[in-house]
Amino acid sequence: MRVDVHPILGNAPTGKSIILLVDGRPIKAIEGEPIAAALLASGRRVLRHTARHGEPRGLFCALGRCTDCVMTVDGQPNVRTCVTPARDGMVIESQVGLGRWKHLPLEKEE
Amino acid sequence: MQKTEIAVIGAGPAGLAAAIEAARAGAQVTLIDENERPGGQLFKQIHKFFGSKEHRAGTRGVEIGVDLLEEAKRVGVITRLNTVVYGLYHDKCLGLACGDHSEDLQTQAIILATGASENVLAFPGWTLPGVMGAGAAQTLINIHRVLPGRRILMVGAGNVGLIVTYQLLQAGAEVVAIIEGLPVIGGYGVHASKVRRAGVPILTSHTIVSAEGGESVERAVIAQVDNRWQVLCGTEQTLEVDTVCLAVGLSPLAELAWMAGCRFSHVPTLGGWVPLHDQDMQTSVPGIYIAGDVAGIEEASTAMEEGRLAGLAAAGTLCHLSPEVGEIKKSEVRDRLAALRWGGFGEGRAVAKRQIIEARCEA
Ligand SMILES: Cc1cc2nc3c(=O)[nH]c(=O)nc-3n(C[C@H](O)[C@H](O)[C@H](O)COP(=O)(O)OP(=O)(O)OC[C@H]3O[C@@H](n4cnc5c(N)ncnc54)[C@H](O)[C@@H]3O)c2cc1C
Ligand code: FES
Repeated sequence: MRVDVHPILGNAPTGKSIILLVDGRPIKAIEGEPIAAALLASGRRVLRHTARHGEPRGLFCALGRCTDCVMTVDGQPNVRTCVTPARDGMVIESQVGLGRWKHLPLEKEE
Repeated sequence: MQKTEIAVIGAGPAGLAAAIEAARAGAQVTLIDENERPGGQLFKQIHKFFGSKEHRAGTRGVEIGVDLLEEAKRVGVITRLNTVVYGLYHDKCLGLACGDHSEDLQTQAIILATGASENVLAFPGWTLPGVMGAGAAQTLINIHRVLPGRRILMVGAGNVGLIVTYQLLQAGAEVVAIIEGLPVIGGYGVHASKVRRAGVPILTSHTIVSAEGGESVERAVIAQVDNRWQVLCGTEQTLEVDTVCLAVGLSPLAELAWMAGCRFSHVPTLGGWVPLHDQDMQTSVPGIYIAGDVAGIEEASTAMEEGRLAGLAAAGTLCHLSPEVGEIKKSEVRDRLAALRWGGFGEGRAVAKRQIIEARCEA
């Protein structure tokens, strides 16, 4: 659901088309747009589930303030997808609760 | 440790105007914002502004934003983006978080222009994906060019609710209704008539009872309320919507002012707890100034004027302007501010602002 034409803003600026891997499925995105915007444009609204009750959460403030939109990006959990720019080939996973580090920073250093 | 004469926190209309004015006077200015791009809320405002010619009435926020950015660059403002100010210490040293590291910045004067945050409303189902701030919807459609949903319920008929409704229509969404708990519409008549002409009903004395759906919003239940905001049984109706936008007010984002020990006052007309400030926008802590929504929720046009005032005052304290010249320039800005706070809506804010200034002087 992209706003391609707009009476005031004109045509949407064309950006570089890229691919994100979301829970194993490729989706199209525009380079530099927030990950959450790309997901919404692809029709996906549920971004994570809560730890205790497994309730769904989605985009809420779109400003980087509420942390409702956090997901695991390239192995790093709790990334605010509404303010994190999409880059080609990013691996994005929905998370439950606080998620898990795929590579503990300590392990990486060794 | 890094140093700057004046740090301006927040690069919205208030912060940009403050930084430009202070740099023009000759001060070394660092403008800091947590976002990737400067402009604050300004680039979301695609409608034409009100006010007089000096206030660039008839110009869209977007265009004003572009001009401000160019001007800031021209006068030599140092801009630091992707940088959050997380702390403000008593010697006016700032703690900055930039990406994966933190830094300290020693300043001589600080202008807080951090803006506001949207208020939320809790009701059964308010955490479902599809319930979001009206500001979030505005950011999505006007900046990222993605629709938040197809059929939308707007909660709140203040200016934000009305303007964002119209912008959602422009972006191609359907707004099923605007509901407002008060018996009257809070926003400007012009905006209300515009959305009504576009066919969106505005239901006053109505509230949202719940948002329902499995994994995201599928419908919303609304109902009429009495004058004590109690739901009138039997008036419930279900609307088929996939998105609920909350436009229930803004609150000054004043954590840094609390941290600095500034004195506050609770002023409902200005959005809640507001730091006291004097005629120069200086808070109760010498050398710390505020401007824009953090100094009381108003509009982009007033935010810019307050920014100019704070910029001139801060540059003046650091002797970049002679007291005489500074006073002349500041009084020009104060006159323009007074002109903006006029009419049915402006009057109340003018009174509230006077009270803030008087309270600061007595403090
Ligand atoms: C949804 C919405 C719709 C609006 N519509 C209109 C309208 O139609 N017309 C109108 O005149 N006004 C409108 N306003 C109000 C108008 O946007 C504000 O009055 C104006 O933008 C306030 O400017 P500001 O510079 O004070 O704050 P902002 O524009 O909000 O800028 C503040 C900046 O500071 C940054 N910041 C905050 N804290 C920190 C920190 N600790 N570290 C680093 N950066 C930080 C923020 O990210 C932001 O970029 C609207 C506001 C909202 C939220
Ligand atoms: S939606 Fe609030 S932080 Fe991303």
